[in-house]
This record gives sequence, C-alpha cells and structure tokens, in this order.
Amino acid sequence: MRLKVNAKTHEVNVEDDMPLLWVLRDELGITGPKYGCGIAMCGACTVHVDGGAVRSCSLRVGDVSGEVTTIEGLGSPEAMHAVQAAWVEHQVAQCGYCQSGQIMAAASLLMVNGEPTDEDIDRTMSANLCRCGTYPRIRAAVKAAAAKLRERRS
Amino acid sequence: MSRAGKIARRTFLIGSAAVAGGVAFGIYAYKRTPTNPLLRNLGDGQAALTPYVRLDQSGVTIITPRADVGQGAYSVQAALVAEELDLPWEQIKVDPGPPSAAYYNGKVLAEGLPFAATDNGPLARNARVLGDVGGKFLGLQITGGSSTVPDAYEKLRVAGAVAREVLLLAAARQTGIAKADLRTRNGAVVTPDGRSLSYASLAATAAQIDPPATATLKPESEWRYLGKSMRRIDMVAKCTGTAVFGIDLRMPGMVYATVRTNPRLGGGMKNHDPSAAAASKGVLKIVPITAGVGVIADNTWRAFKAANVIKFDWGPAPYPPTTAAMFETVGTSFVPARQDSRFKNEGNIEAALTGTGVIEAEYKVPYLAHAPLEPMNAVVQLKDGRLDIWTGTQIPMFMMAMAASMTGLRAENIHLHAQMSGGSFGARLEDDYVRQAIELAKAFPGPPIKMTWTREEDMTHDFPRPLAMARMRGAVKDGHVDAYDLSIACPSVTASQLGRQNLSIPGPDVAIVAGAWDQPFKIPNYRVTGYRVPELVPVSSWRSVGASGNGFLHDGFLDELIHAAGADPLKERLRLCWHEPSRKVLEAVGEMSSWGSDPGKDRGRGIAFTLSFGVPAAEVVEVTNTPHGIRIDKVFVAVEVGRVLDPKNFDNQVRGGVIWGLGHAMNAELTHADGIAQQTNYHAFEAMRLYQVPLIEVRALTNTNEVRGIGEPTVPPAAPALANAIFAATGKRIRELPLNKHIDFV
Ligand code: FES
Ligand code: FES
Repeated sequence: MRLKVNAKTHEVNVEDDMPLLWVLRDELGITGPKYGCGIAMCGACTVHVDGGAVRSCSLRVGDVSGEVTTIEGLGSPEAMHAVQAAWVEHQVAQCGYCQSGQIMAAASLLMVNGEPTDEDIDRTMSANLCRCGTYPRIRAAVKAAAAKLRERRS
Repeated sequence: MSRAGKIARRTFLIGSAAVAGGVAFGIYAYKRTPTNPLLRNLGDGQAALTPYVRLDQSGVTIITPRADVGQGAYSVQAALVAEELDLPWEQIKVDPGPPSAAYYNGKVLAEGLPFAATDNGPLARNARVLGDVGGKFLGLQITGGSSTVPDAYEKLRVAGAVAREVLLLAAARQTGIAKADLRTRNGAVVTPDGRSLSYASLAATAAQIDPPATATLKPESEWRYLGKSMRRIDMVAKCTGTAVFGIDLRMPGMVYATVRTNPRLGGGMKNHDPSAAAASKGVLKIVPITAGVGVIADNTWRAFKAANVIKFDWGPAPYPPTTAAMFETVGTSFVPARQDSRFKNEGNIEAALTGTGVIEAEYKVPYLAHAPLEPMNAVVQLKDGRLDIWTGTQIPMFMMAMAASMTGLRAENIHLHAQMSGGSFGARLEDDYVRQAIELAKAFPGPPIKMTWTREEDMTHDFPRPLAMARMRGAVKDGHVDAYDLSIACPSVTASQLGRQNLSIPGPDVAIVAGAWDQPFKIPNYRVTGYRVPELVPVSSWRSVGASGNGFLHDGFLDELIHAAGADPLKERLRLCWHEPSRKVLEAVGEMSSWGSDPGKDRGRGIAFTLSFGVPAAEVVEVTNTPHGIRIDKVFVAVEVGRVLDPKNFDNQVRGGVIWGLGHAMNAELTHADGIAQQTNYHAFEAMRLYQVPLIEVRALTNTNEVRGIGEPTVPPAAPALANAIFAATGKRIRELPLNKHIDFV
C-alpha cells in the first residue's frame, strides 16, 4: 500500500491491521513517534493525519486515509516549528520521551484554536502523559507558541 | 556502651561490605588510580587527557559516565568540565564512555550509612570517606541516590582543569612561548600576540604530554556556565524527534523481539504452546528463556502479536498471591525477631507512653511501579565471539559482569554502548531485560536483536517500590508533642536489589527507615524502629527510595500529634526542629504560602517536611474541597541545596519531583491478585495528568556549603503535605496511600 509521510510517498508491504506507529518505526525508520502504551492512553505516539492529531499506536495502517505528519515533518533542528521553538525556549523536556507526542498534540490544538484558554490547554494536553512531570512547562510553552503564531499571522 | 561502640556494633552496612575482604586491600585499591579506560580505544592522533576528556582533530569530547535518564545529567557533567576547559557551549560533544571503574561513584553509598545527613560528627565523616573508598574499591559506576552532582562537582572540574593544563603545555611546546604567557579561551589557546590555536590543532602534541596530577580550579567569580541556566545539550534533539533513545536504534540486518515471562515474579514456566505463534506472520524464531519465551520477528509489532497467541501455563508465585495476604505478612512483622534497626531512641518512650492519652495509628503505603514512558528494551548482538549491548543503564559495571558470566566471554570482547533513556525513576538500576536479550542472542546469534517489552510486560515485571506499614504511638503535653514512637515494617530494597547482583549486605537496611529515623527534630521521647519484612515481590529503588513512603509515614503522624496538641503545624515543626538549614526551609514555605492567613471557604493548607539525600525539603499544599472532589490549587516548595548549578534544570527537577510525589499519592498503586500485578497499563496507573497540576512555586535556599542532587528530595514530603491539607480542608485524616481509596479528586 501507499503511505504519504512527511511529504514523501512510501510503498509499504504490510498487513492492514498493523498499527501506523509500527509501520513508521520499524518499516520506515521514522522513530520520532514513540511507543509508550499501545492502547491510546499516553499519547507518545501522536502524529497528524491530514493535520489532526491521532494515536498512531491505535490506528490500523489500513485505515489511514490521509497524509501523515510526524514530529520530524513538523520542523527540523535547523528550522523548528513555532511549537518546537517554544519547547526549546522553555526547556520543557526532561527525559524527552513523551515530547514528540506532546508537541504534535499542541501543534494540532493551535491549528484549530489560535487562542486557547487554560481550560482548552488542560483539556487537550491531558490526554498526553508525561512521567517526568514537565506539565507546568508544557502549559507555558503552548501559550508562548500560540502568541508567536498569532504574531506571525497578524 | 559508648555511642561509638553502639554504632560499631550496628556495623557499617554498605560501608562494611565495601571494606569486607580487608581494609588494607581496600585502601590499596583506593589509592591506586583506576586506569584511564579511554587509553584502550584511542584512535590515531587522539589523546585522552583524563578519563573525562578525549581530544582529537575534530575537537574535544566530554565523557559523561552518569546516565541521563531525563534529569539533565549529561548537560551538568558537560558544564562542569567545560567550565574549566573553556569550551564554547555550542561545541560541546558528549559520549557516555565505556563502563569503567575509573568512573566510580564516591557518593552513592553515603545514603546507605546509618548516619543522618545532619550528623557532622567524626564518626559520620569517617564513614562517608569510607563510602568513597568503598565506591572506588567496588568500582561502583552507578547513577542514583541523587549523587551525580555531589560526586561530580569537584571531580569533573578537576578533569577539565587538568585537560586545560595539558593543552597549555602542548601549546607552549608547539609555539615555544612560555606556558605562563598563554591563556585559554573558547576552545582555543591564545598567544600574547593574539593568535588562536584551536584545541583540535593541539591534539597530536597533547597526546605526548603526561597530565599533571591536579590543577588549580577557577574561582567562582570567573564561572560562565555554572550557576546559570544553560540550554540542555539534548533539548533541540528531544523537541524535534531526532534524539535517539535505546528503543529507536536501527542497524543493518536487525531483527525485532519481545519476551513473555511468568508475571508471578520468580515463578517458572510449566508448559507453553507456541504453535499458533510460530505460524504468525514475520516470526523468525521462538526461543525458550528463563521463566518464559522470546519471540524473534521481522517487526516489533509482529513479535508482540505472535507473543499474544502463545498459551502459557505458569508456575505459582513464590510469595503470597494477593495484596491482602502480603499486607498480612507485613502486619505480623512488628516482632522482635524481625527488628532490623533502632537508630533513633531518645528520652524514655515507654515511660512517656504509659497511662491514658496515648494516641495510636496505623498507616499503609502500596507497591508502586516505576513505569518510565520508554518500556525496557535492549539491542544485543552476539557475533564472532563478540557481544555488543546497546541499552540505557544506571549500572554499567554490574551489567558487564553479568554479560561476562552469561556468555563466558572476556571483558574485552563485551562492548556496552550506553543509550539515552526515556525516564527511569530507578527502573534502570536493574538488568533483567538485558539478561533476557542476551538469552535471545545466544539462541539467535548473528544479527543485532532489538528486544522491547510491551507496556504490559513492563508493568507486570517491574520490581516495584515496596509496600510498607507503620504503627505509631504518641503523646502530647502542655500543647506540644512530647512522645513519638514510630515502627515501620517494610521489605528490604537493598537486600533484594543487591541480592540480584550477588552482593549481600550485613547489618540493618537503612532504606527501611530512611526519611523517618534521620529527621532533624528534637522530640523529648522519640523512637524509630525498623522491621524487616521478608522479600515477597522482588523490590527495587524507586525515585527517593525508602523516603518515598517514609516521608508520608513519619510526617503524617507527626501532623496528627501536632493537631492533638492543639499547636500550629508550622510553628510546632519549627519549635521541634534543631537543624538551622531545615528551619530555614520551613520558614520559607511558611512565608511563601502566607501560612496562618485564612485559606478561604472549603479550603485547607497542609505542610510537610522531609530531609532526604541530605536535602531538607518543605512543602505546603493548598486544596479546595469541591463538590466533585479535592482540587489541588497550589504547592509551595523550598529546599536547601547548597548550590544551584543550573537554575532552570533545578526548577524542572523540583517540579517534576513534586508532581511525581503528588500524582502517585493521589491515585497510584500496584496491587496483586493470583500473584500477578493487576495494573497492566496506564489506564490503571497514571499518577497526575496536566489538568490536575497545581501552581507550583519553588524556592532554592543556599545556606550551606554542601553540594546536593535534587532529583529525589522533593518527592517524600509531597504525599504528607497533600494528606495534611485534605485533613485541614475536610477534617478527614487519611492514613493510607493512594488517597483516592478514601476521597475523590477532581
Ligand atoms: S503509545 Fe499510543 S497512546 Fe500510548
Ligand atoms: S519528559 Fe519524560 S515522560 Fe515527559
């Protein structure tokens, strides 16, 4: 089957029920999305399909209907997305293992909601677990990224 | 008997293990500098200026032997070396280096000594020196016990300074200019006429110079990095998905695997039927391993899927099958035969607790899993008489010894490549997952095998923080706490954990009473007794170890006594506390939280204090009792750390510790049925999520000269501060964790 990931089309030969996460990680070598729970409880595997955040561990690759973007496709170390830049600025990461998913969740939130309230942030970002407890910095970084994106638009 | 005599009789615990086998040899081994392990693998034109600095034509690499499990250890180790070596921050490259006794941890044993961190008597000081000797003697290259910074603080600066000396000597030799006229700046040696010789260009000459034994350190006033917030060297990679964790490794020809072993830890496998799995797509081989099987496939998920359809008949657990039955064992352990320690025994507790008015209570804390977000994994390759292991670990030397004994290979044919870990919280102080990967490699030699645990395997095979129970008695007099008798029954983490490394420790286990016996309070009649419960489930170190539960046990009942006395919780703690730096943190949280002011309707404030890993930590928690349950509004935390090397990272660690402590206190426990842990994934074990996180205000005090680590000490007082706040808001005293067994949270 064909899979478009980070603007590149791949031909993959896997069974329909393989979760997108494992196609990305083990078949395509795209390891930014992480395995944390496999049951849509932690958000470490979050990627975008057509801009919307999904749990790639719980999405059968056969059901992927759109274009996939992973953390690697969001921005690069040389050209970071505003959310990534805010994360670096606020030194959010500790172990960093959850952060690909956190950043993808935040980026998708800001795509649909440019001015999220504290409650919006709490609601969306609570689906992503961080065992290291970086939550206060996540809150601050989401707000900073939102402000930056608004500034750019105006 | 004299106090010294008593302490000698108690034995030196880890100290005594370290010097068992002969003090003379111990001292000899201590004095002999362990060989610089970098000398073994140097390439052409490379110089190893010290065990911590490698130099070649591409520049300097700093060796950071303490594992980075998220606490920022690589960055802080790099900053200590770079500060003295005058390296520009953007040029810093790090490498965890090979496992080596040269990277021994001289501070990790200190926490195991039966001396309170507040004890600066000669005996205590000597014991700490012996701890350092022990660490070196045993070649303990360990990351843990909040010891990275205390251990590295001087060592790594000296390493940087020695390397700088060598580079100056090399430049002098190369240019003919006297060394005294040369300076170092930004990764180069600068001559009086303004020429700049990069360190890289000096590599070949430096390789021929014998490093001096020591060098002068810069005065603090010249520091550029230490004491400032530096961008963590792993930050950009971790925010762009380009950081490579152990689980992310990819190699040519690599195969993927998982294991299933008996979830009744220590039980065997009676039977299994792998026929369906063997026919499953992508499966290359199913191999028996200790207490289970491994599935090797061409994709991790295919291995997971195949493992799911294997039918197992597991043997019974070598411990009582249910949590209730285990607590029964704990409850029957408060007997003289199981008494392990009584490090604190002041006044006359029996006399003070006769008659009426004795207050009694029983407290409980549960097993807790480490559950770092990256499940345990390792890549192992056995090929042509050589074993390679790629994994995140806090115990590289133990792992080398284990690998040698499992394969019969000599140390020089075993290569351990340390990887970045997605959290640990103590989980990577174990090596069971690597043992399993080596078993797979022996059955399937040739290709690199990446073995990954499913989250379910990780949760059900974690060696958790032990459960514990405490019985307390106390009395108050004239509005003050007069007597406190605390008995704690708990399995020994130290015995369980070191037992798996074939080490045994004579004497009591300080971890059973850590965070309780060593608190800086002067109560007229005060006794703390530890009882050692048989092992039950194998247990291990969990962020803040013994103090993680004992903070709640000790401070929770102290709060009860203070309330019984009708005293103010802050004022009475201050009155009882004799240790000035500890008083200061209590005063600080009092001021930060406007302690004493009216918290408002349905609201309450609780305070708690624990001294652990040498760090006094006080926390005030503010809660509201809403119609939907308790909401945590604010936390104020003050700690005494002597020195803050990186303010941002410090702040991140402190907040992380508070959130860790509160989250697990709210809702996390590991319970057992039929000998198996029942919480198999994050749906049943989640601690705090973002919407529950309160405002956290942090203050660092630096009134002492001790350099301390901060990854753990804010964990222990979080649970009691929360329970005490709930009592203040609702009148309900909860004596068991997690608290949500007794009250709802928003
Ligand atoms: S791995 Fe997908 S949500 Fe946890
Ligand atoms: S930074 Fe470690 S799990 Fe979030």
